[in-house]
Amino acid sequence: MANIAEQIVDLVVEISGEDEVAEERDIDLFEEEILDSMAAIELLVAIKDEFGVSIAPTELDRSEMNTVNKIIARVSERL
Amino acid sequence: MDFFVEPAFFVLCIPIVAVAFVLGMLERPLWRYAMGASAVMLFLLFFRSPMALVYAVAYMGFSVLLYRLALSGARNARNSEQGGGLSTYVLVALQILPLVAYKVGVLFTPDFPGFLGISYITFKSVQVLLEVHDGLIDDMSVAEYLGFLCFFPTFTSGPIMRSRPFVDDARTSLTRDGYLERFYRGAGWFVLGALYKFVGAALAQWAMWFVPAAVGNGAPGWLAGVFGYGMYLFFDFAGYSNMAMGLGLMLGVEVPRNFRAPFVAIDIKDFWDRWHISLSTWLRDFVFMRFSAFALGRKLFKSRVTCACVGFMLNMVLMGAWHGLTPAYLVYGLYHGVLLAVCHLMQKKWKFYKKHKRDRWFRIVSWAVTMMAVFFGFALFGGYVI
Repeated sequence: MANIAEQIVDLVVEISGEDEVAEERDIDLFEEEILDSMAAIELLVAIKDEFGVSIAPTELDRSEMNTVNKIIARVSERL
Repeated sequence: MDFFVEPAFFVLCIPIVAVAFVLGMLERPLWRYAMGASAVMLFLLFFRSPMALVYAVAYMGFSVLLYRLALSGARNARNSEQGGGLSTYVLVALQILPLVAYKVGVLFTPDFPGFLGISYITFKSVQVLLEVHDGLIDDMSVAEYLGFLCFFPTFTSGPIMRSRPFVDDARTSLTRDGYLERFYRGAGWFVLGALYKFVGAALAQWAMWFVPAAVGNGAPGWLAGVFGYGMYLFFDFAGYSNMAMGLGLMLGVEVPRNFRAPFVAIDIKDFWDRWHISLSTWLRDFVFMRFSAFALGRKLFKSRVTCACVGFMLNMVLMGAWHGLTPAYLVYGLYHGVLLAVCHLMQKKWKFYKKHKRDRWFRIVSWAVTMMAVFFGFALFGGYVI
């Protein structure tokens, strides 16, 4: 579980280029302009590569994956 | 009978809404009633041209067949752990074939078979096929699917509805207060839409016809014509959309909002988040995102920015082609694709932008440039340029 969280934090940091998300896992990634819709798609592709979890583009509302902790939760519940 | 245009349509809406109101007050489920009302209204829409009626009915049957095939394909794929990918693409291709044939056909003969609403229904059915493939739609009945396709307030024009919220609405019984809330909201939108269409659009049309002649030929006349035309497009289309939304709400169905003050947009991305929202979000979800996921997954582009730019171009060229395969529409689509790509490049690569994007003066300049670009787009769309 802890491992998944770390991997996801690394992915978000890598895709967004912002380090602060590692510390603050509950900030709104879209409002703070850490992720845009393009980066969100890249994240979905990366999640599929790393965890084999495929999330369809229209499956989740933005409000269901707008923080690092929510993304971790969404991936964990599908593993 | 044309929807939202002929007086007969509005007169018929009165008893239809009145019965819905009584059912809503009695806390009865409304969706079977809405289906019946839609069947009557669609018959009245087509009864003057029996061929269109036959074609529309055949199209519904064809769509149901494709939906059933998609469902069984998706179930088999889940059970046997093999991807059912190819068949989904084939089904989508079949689903858009009548629209493509129609758009190509009318270039050669205006009598090519088609029916009013074929463009909008194609969006709805393709959404369903793609989400069946993704496993998001699994238990929608054929009756629910037909009810979704034929829901008369949004049949001939926007907003483009999505099946999952529609089916959720159909399955939920509203309380009396819940229905009243929708009814009042719907009545407000309907009145606002009627004002947009019958006052706003009429005034804009008057300006578009008579002001250019008054200010003379040449650049001032052209500018006045384009400005009037742009305002006309907005009031006419937002008027339709608001009335459709209002009517849907009064029948107990949530219809998404299609316009959100497009003329205050500060960049072109912002504009497409405000103009014909149900179309731009459809293209974002079912073209842009899927194309990007495909391209990024196979590493077709070196950078994410390049991929996004190509995605924007693809999105907007498709949007133009959907309006019609004429030079004006295709150039309009290409033009907006280029604008979005340039906007995206600017936001990602231009340090000056990142530094000043929150400054007041920058926002004002950005708004002014955006509006000029938007109205030039209307000029392209309306055939003022080519």
